[in-house]
Amino acid sequence: MFNAMTQLGFQFASAAAQAPGDILHAEHHSESEAFPPFDPTYFATQIFWLLLSFALLYFLLSRIFLPRIGETIEERSSRIADDLDTASRMQAEAEQAERNYERALSDARAKAHNVAEATRQSVDAEIQAELDAADKEAEKQAESAEKHIRDVRNKALSNIESVAAEAAQATVEALTGKKPSLASVKSALN
Amino acid sequence: MIFALDPIKQFEIHKMGPTLKIGNFDLSFTNASLMMLVTVALVVLWLLLSTSKRSLVPTRAQSIAEVTYEFVADMIRSASGKDGLRFFPFVFTLFIFILFANLLGMIPFFFTTTSHIIVTFTLAMMVMTLVVGYGVFKNGFGFLKIFWPSGIPIAILPFVSLLEVISFFSRPISLSVRLWANMLAGHILLKLFAGFSIMMVTAFGMFPGLLGALIPFTLTLALTPLEFLVAFVQAYVFALLTCVYLSDALHPGHH
Repeated sequence: MFNAMTQLGFQFASAAAQAPGDILHAEHHSESEAFPPFDPTYFATQIFWLLLSFALLYFLLSRIFLPRIGETIEERSSRIADDLDTASRMQAEAEQAERNYERALSDARAKAHNVAEATRQSVDAEIQAELDAADKEAEKQAESAEKHIRDVRNKALSNIESVAAEAAQATVEALTGKKPSLASVKSALN
Repeated sequence: MIFALDPIKQFEIHKMGPTLKIGNFDLSFTNASLMMLVTVALVVLWLLLSTSKRSLVPTRAQSIAEVTYEFVADMIRSASGKDGLRFFPFVFTLFIFILFANLLGMIPFFFTTTSHIIVTFTLAMMVMTLVVGYGVFKNGFGFLKIFWPSGIPIAILPFVSLLEVISFFSRPISLSVRLWANMLAGHILLKLFAGFSIMMVTAFGMFPGLLGALIPFTLTLALTPLEFLVAFVQAYVFALLTCVYLSDALHPGHH
């Protein structure tokens, strides 16, 4: 392949040198007469130095620089993955904490509600009991008062008979001048 | 005058220092050799500076190096699969060497190493040697399956096989000529139009000359970014095709 290329280059070079109209090449290419990019004179040195510099670059890149860059990228991506893991774990923890808090809060609320209810019931019962006691007391007092009134009235009613008899006796006495006996007046009134 | 116009002059090689001969081969140090070493030195300098302080939060230079690293790694992963990553140092070296050589050639008065067919052909042959060498080492005779595509009707199989053989052997040529011709043509064009601009002024003086130089100068201006793009794209294409060919060596049955 290389030989073929060289041959090709030589042919091209000689053709270029012989072309009569090609003033540019004929006048200004004293060092070599070929079209420079095809000039086989320098094929060996070109290949040699290319392989040398390429090998040098390959060695430096593959041994030093590419691992360096690769490590940094690797380190960063693993660090990011770690951080993401930590973040998601923390979020899960936070959510758990929030759930716990919510539950504690609702428990406390229910408890408070229960306490309030119980207190209200006991207070109600107490009030009821006192009301009942007061009612009973009042009833008792009303009864005794009624009894007293009844007694007084009975007494008054029994007095009224004798007062009326006396008044009738007095009236009859004043009218007739004769005093009837109390018993006859009483029977007359009844 | 003709000197300014001669667009071929920039591709000339001349010896620097003493003649170095080994056997029949003249291995003298030339301006081309110098540019190859400059390319290597620049890559090393760049990576030395950008990876000197390795921090988890990358500096700007460090992130450029890392982006390049990931770029090449992704290219290999997509073109030749995960097991292609064993060739990562080689593909990276190839890509970065060609890229830097191309870009260095864009600096005025700098020699473009990749504008010589023998250089790009040597690079292509390195790739083909690796493909064949690794393919045979890993698959033995199974490597021949690259010429024997699966799922083809038996009637046209010999024909397809022949095509595969031809395509395989034209790979180093297409690979090397693509890069070389792009670099050569681009530099000739740039030199031509830039030379025209100067010629216009020297030939017709300031007034009509500058006016006449406007078109070639504008073209030079437009071509320059295009050439930078070509410099990158050609390095990329070379590396990508290398990955595609290496994929054949890794899994010869798949087509």
